[in-house]
Amino acid sequence: MSAALLELVEKYALVVAFALVGVVMLVSYQASRLFTRGRVHGSAIAIFLGLLAAVVVGFTTGGRKGVADLPLLAGIGTMGGAMFRDLAIVATAYGVRIEDLRASGVHGVVSLVVGLFVAFAAGVAVALAFGVRDPVALTTLGAGAATYIVGPVTGAALGASSEIIALSIAAGLVKAILVMIATPALARTIGLDNPRAAMIFGGVMGTNSGVIAGLAATDPKLVPYGAMTATFYTGLGCLLGPSVMFFLVQFLAGGNG
Amino acid sequence: MVFYGTALLAGCLFAGLAIGQIIGSAFGIESDIGGVGIAMLLLIGTTTWLSRRGRWAPTCAPGVQYWGDIYIPIVVAMAASQNVRGALVGGGLALAAGIASVALAFGTVALLIRRFGREAS
Repeated sequence: MSAALLELVEKYALVVAFALVGVVMLVSYQASRLFTRGRVHGSAIAIFLGLLAAVVVGFTTGGRKGVADLPLLAGIGTMGGAMFRDLAIVATAYGVRIEDLRASGVHGVVSLVVGLFVAFAAGVAVALAFGVRDPVALTTLGAGAATYIVGPVTGAALGASSEIIALSIAAGLVKAILVMIATPALARTIGLDNPRAAMIFGGVMGTNSGVIAGLAATDPKLVPYGAMTATFYTGLGCLLGPSVMFFLVQFLAGGNG
Repeated sequence: MVFYGTALLAGCLFAGLAIGQIIGSAFGIESDIGGVGIAMLLLIGTTTWLSRRGRWAPTCAPGVQYWGDIYIPIVVAMAASQNVRGALVGGGLALAAGIASVALAFGTVALLIRRFGREAS
């Protein structure tokens, strides 16, 4: 009987995921209303619960896909995977005013470039502080501080060791998760309250999952604007990492003898 | 028909990802450049174009809007399937690099928004 039930859960994994996530949403929104009087947004609580579940299951299974490593919760992985995520994010653009995008296009591009340099600089500086001197490793770690995709792509292109690549992925993960948590808390302080600001935010932060989840927990209306610029960040980072950034690091390393 | 909206959304996403992939491979990298952003522009462009010509029936809209409305639950599922353990056990260097990157980025965002982000409207 229970074996048949488990089989059913695995067979209808996505349906189970919809129902389960629905319960999480309900609990989170009620908690937001009852315990914080709406000051902490329900979506922020739900995202935090999601991350928490991913940690707990991650340490239990030793896997890399959070709760999706449990066969019974594999549907969560499908639901939160790239396919549904991209479909939903593109759908949020429906109703966006073209004028808003056009008026802020230049700011978006500028913030992308600035954001990539800032992230690389932060990653390289920390790596230097930890005693890393090899230009390939420095660049890879700088790339990881951009996103957890730019890191391994850059590392693979430059021939970095798998240990360094793993570190760069971890740095990118830390960034994505911090952005998810910190954005709703800091949004008001930094003036993140309009479409143009959201485009700048998406361009500078770049980490897709972090930006989307962070803005979702801040103000759902801003999501499409941030997602719009953030989507160019990883590609641009993969382009600049093994080329411009590597040459820069080599140049500076050479300068120091 | 509601499903026309969903089909258009799906078509825009796929076309955007394909274009992003082509741009990426033109630069010799294995990641797509701006696929989702291009898809968003395609969706905005096609729906605006269709409704101007009176070809965008109001009944199609919910087929797009539903997906836009459920992105928060999808993001929650995404958060739950992240490698958070990997982030925590990555060691001091990874943790420090991630924290430094985010701190600097927030500072940069604050500066840029103060300079450019107050909207005229």
